[in-house]
Amino acid sequence: MDIFLQQLINGLTLGAVYALVALGYTMVYGIIGLINFAHGEVVMIGTMVAFTIITALASAGGVPTPIIFGAGLLAAVMCCMGLGWGLERVAYRPLRHAPRLAPLITAIGMSILLQNLAMIVWGRNYINFPQMIDKVSYEVGGAIFTNVQVAIVLTAGVTMIGLLYLIFKTKLGAAMRATSQNPHVAALMGVNINRVISLAFIIGSALGAIAGLMVGSYYEIAHYQMGFMLGLKAFTAAVLGGIGNMAGAMVGGLLLGVIEALGAGYIGDLTGGFLGSHYQDIFAFMVLIIVLMFRPSGLFGERTGERA
Amino acid sequence: MSEVLLEAKAVAKHFGGVKALQDVSLTIRRGEVYGLIGPNGAGKTTFFNCLTGLYKNEFGEFLFDGHRLEADAPHKVATLGIARTFQNIRLFGNMTTIENVMVGRHVRTHAGVFGAIFRDRKTVAEEQGIRRRALELLHYVGIADRADDLAKNLSYGDQRRLEIARALATEPKLLCLDEPAAGMNGTETEGLRELIVGIRKDGVTILLIEHDVKLVMGLCDRVAVLDYGEMIAEDVPTVVQKNPRVIEAYLGGSVA
Amino acid sequence: MSNMFKMPGMQKYPVVGLILVAVTLAALPFLVAMTGGQAWVRILNFAILYIFLALGLNIVVGMAGLLDLGYIAFYAVGAYVWALLASPHFGLHLPFWVILPIGAALACCFGVLLGSPTLKLRGDYLAIVTLGFGEIIRIFLNNLNAPFNLTNGAQGITRIDPLTIGDFSFSAQSSLFGIDFSGPMKYYYVLLLLAIFVIIVNVRLHDSRIGRAWQAIREDEVAAKAAGINTRNVKLLAFAMGASFGGIAGGMFSAMQGFVSPESFSLLESIMVLAMVVLGGMGHIPGVILGAVLLTALPEALRYGVEPLQHMAFGRQLIDPEALRMLVFGLALVLVMRFRPAGLWPSPERRRELAEKEA
Repeated sequence: MDIFLQQLINGLTLGAVYALVALGYTMVYGIIGLINFAHGEVVMIGTMVAFTIITALASAGGVPTPIIFGAGLLAAVMCCMGLGWGLERVAYRPLRHAPRLAPLITAIGMSILLQNLAMIVWGRNYINFPQMIDKVSYEVGGAIFTNVQVAIVLTAGVTMIGLLYLIFKTKLGAAMRATSQNPHVAALMGVNINRVISLAFIIGSALGAIAGLMVGSYYEIAHYQMGFMLGLKAFTAAVLGGIGNMAGAMVGGLLLGVIEALGAGYIGDLTGGFLGSHYQDIFAFMVLIIVLMFRPSGLFGERTGERA
Repeated sequence: MSEVLLEAKAVAKHFGGVKALQDVSLTIRRGEVYGLIGPNGAGKTTFFNCLTGLYKNEFGEFLFDGHRLEADAPHKVATLGIARTFQNIRLFGNMTTIENVMVGRHVRTHAGVFGAIFRDRKTVAEEQGIRRRALELLHYVGIADRADDLAKNLSYGDQRRLEIARALATEPKLLCLDEPAAGMNGTETEGLRELIVGIRKDGVTILLIEHDVKLVMGLCDRVAVLDYGEMIAEDVPTVVQKNPRVIEAYLGGSVA
Repeated sequence: MSNMFKMPGMQKYPVVGLILVAVTLAALPFLVAMTGGQAWVRILNFAILYIFLALGLNIVVGMAGLLDLGYIAFYAVGAYVWALLASPHFGLHLPFWVILPIGAALACCFGVLLGSPTLKLRGDYLAIVTLGFGEIIRIFLNNLNAPFNLTNGAQGITRIDPLTIGDFSFSAQSSLFGIDFSGPMKYYYVLLLLAIFVIIVNVRLHDSRIGRAWQAIREDEVAAKAAGINTRNVKLLAFAMGASFGGIAGGMFSAMQGFVSPESFSLLESIMVLAMVVLGGMGHIPGVILGAVLLTALPEALRYGVEPLQHMAFGRQLIDPEALRMLVFGLALVLVMRFRPAGLWPSPERRRELAEKEA
C-alpha cells in the first residue's frame, strides 16, 4: 500500500509539471493549430536561466532564500515570455498561410537551434542546482514526501487557477476563446488576432518557465537536452486530455504523471519481472495510443464529427 | 427490377438533443428527378449524409436497389451506386481536373500496388480506360479544356460541374446533388438545368436538394419538403406548391 | 511517363541526356573519392540511403498526407532484423536475399500493427501517436537485453555481416577491370540501384489508381470516402508500403555500418527524414531527393567547415563545433521554410500557384 501512496505522490508532483507545460502546447494549438515543438526548449531555457540567477545570488551571499528564488523565477519567466513572443514573431507568424507542414518544420528547426544554443551557453554537462533549500520530509501512511513536492503542487495549483480566471473571467480570455473558436469571426468582432496569438505564446512560455524551475528544483539537476523528453511527455498529456482544451491539459498532465509513476512502481510485479522500471517512458505512449483508439479526440476533446 | 430505387424507412438522426431528422420515409422511383426542399436547417443535408454513409442514423434504414445500406461505410454506398456532390464544393484542390474525375473511377477499377509498380498489360489498359472515361465525362459536363488545371483554380461554376463529373465517374444509379445551383448566376443555372436533364436522359436517377424554387419546380417529378427534420409533404410540384403547411413553412413569401 | 524529370535539354536529346546522367552517376564515387577521400564516399552513400528512406516516407506523408513522426521505427526494425540474422550475436549468418525480405515484411507488419488502430485519427493526433510508437520501439531496443538478450541493449550489436552476394563481399577492397573499388564505392552502386528502384516506384505510384486515392485522401478525406474510396484500407496500404521501404533501408544501414545501436534510431532521425521530405518540396520527387542530399551533406559539410572557420575568425576554438553545426542546421530549416514555404523545389503546379499569388 505504501508503494502505491508513494508513487501517487511522486506522480502528482511530476503530473503538476506536465500539466503546466501541456498548457503551453494546448493554448498555442487551440488558437493556431500548431504543434509548437520548441516549447520543451523554452522550458529548458527557463530552468537554465533560473539556475544561473539563483546560483549567482546564492554565491554572492547574504541574500535571503525567498528573494533568491523569487528573482530566479522572475528572471526565468521574463526571459521565456520574451522568447515565446520572439518565436512567434520571427518563426511562426510569417508562415501562417504556408502549407500545413511548413510551420512544423520551422518549429523543429527552432527546437534544434535553441537546444544547441543552450549547449553553447551552458555547456554539455549536467548543471547542479545549488543546495539552498533545507529539504524537510514528511511521512504519511508509510509514504514520504518533501516540502519541495508540496511547493511544486501548490504553485502549480495556484498558477492554474490564475490561468482559468484569466481565460474565463477576463475580456482578454474571452478574446482568446473566441479566436480559438473561429479566428475570422473573432477578427470581425474587433479582436486583434495577432495580439491574441502573441499572448498565447507569452502566457504559455511563462507557465513553461514556472514548470522549468519546478522540475529543476525537484530533480536538482538541469541539462540542455532536458526539454526534449519533458516536452514530448507534456505534449502527450495535452493530446491525452484533448488538445486545445485547457482543462484537458491539466487533467491529462496529472493523469500522465500518476500513470507513469504507478507504472514504474508496479511494472516489475505486473510482468513477473520481465520488464523493469526503465520501461517507465513507454507508459506515457502506451496510454496515449490506447486512449486515442477509443476516444479519437482525447479525453475532453470535442467529438468533431466529419462535417460534410 | 422493381420500380422503386431507394426507400428510406423512418430515418431519424439526433445531434445531442437536437432532432435533425425525425421519421423521414420516402421512396424514389427509377428514372425520376426527386427534389428535397425545405428552409435552412431543415435537415436536407443531414439526410444526404445519412444516406451516403457519412453519418450514422440512430433509427430507420435505407433500402437501395435491393440492398440495405450500411451506415458509416460511405465507400460501400458508393460501390452500390450512390454518388453525391457537396453543398460547399469538396474537390481535391491540388490535383488536376482530370485527376479528380479519375479518382471517381476508383470504385469501378481494380489495379493495386503491384500493377502500379510493374505496369502489367492489364493495369496499363485499365489506366487508359480510366483516363479515356474521365476525359469523356469532362467533355460531357463541358470543362474538357481545363483538364490539366488544378481543380482549385477553376471558376465556381466549373468546380460544380467537376464535382458532378467526379460523381458520374462512379457510375451511379442515384446521383445526389446538394444545392448545385447555389451561388450561380442565371446563365450558369440554366446550363446546370440542361446538364441535369441530360444526365437524367442517360438513365441516372437524381435526388436534388435545391433552394432555387424555379429550378426545383421545373426539373423535379416529385418533391418532398422537410421542416425541422420532419417531412411535411411529398407530391408532384404543383400539388406541393399549394400545400398550406409548405407555404407556411417555406414557400411563404418567395412563391406567392 | 510522368513529366517530372523533363528538363529543357533532355526533351530534345533524351538519350544523350540519359547517358550523361548515367555516366555522371557511375563516375560520382570516384570524383568524390578524389576530392574528399573515402569519408565523403561514405557520406555520399548515406545521402543515397536517405533518398531511399525519404522517398519511402514520401509515400506516407507526401502522397497520402499522413503525418508520420515515427518512421525511423521501421528503419530500426529492418536494421535489427539484419543485425540479428547476420552477426555473431545469435551465430546466424543468413544471406541477404533471406534477410531483406524478412526485414521488409516485419517492418510492414509493424506498420499495419500501428496503423490499424490509429489511422482514423486526425492529422496531428496521428503525428503524436506515431512519434510515441517510435519511442516505444527505441525503448524496447534499449532494454531487451534482459531477461533474454535479444538486442544487447544500449551497447548494440557489433560485427554485423556486410552485404555479400555469393562470394562477393561489399565491404572489402577489390578490383574489377583493372579499377580499384573500395568497400564504400561498391555499396554506392547497390544503393544507387535501390534508389533508382524507389524513384521509379514513387513516380509510378503517383500516377496510378492507388496513388490517386492517396492524394484524394490527403486533399479531402470526406470527399474521398464519398467518391467510393475505402479510406481505411488505402491509408493502411500507404503505411505498410512506407514501412517496408523503411525496413529495407534499415537492413542496408546495418550491412554498411557493421554496427547498430538504439542511438541511431532516435526521434531526431525521424524528424530529419521528415524534414527532407518537406524541405525539398512535399510530394515532389526531385524535391525530396534534393532535400535528402542537402540535409545529409549540410551537417557533414559543417562538420568539416566549422572548425577551420572558427580558427580563422577567432584564432581558436571558441564554440563547441558539434553544437555550432547543429545550430546552423536548425537555423537553415527555419530560414528555408521562412523564404520557401512550399519547399526548395516544389512541384510545377504549386510553383505556378505561388507565382500567381505574388503577382
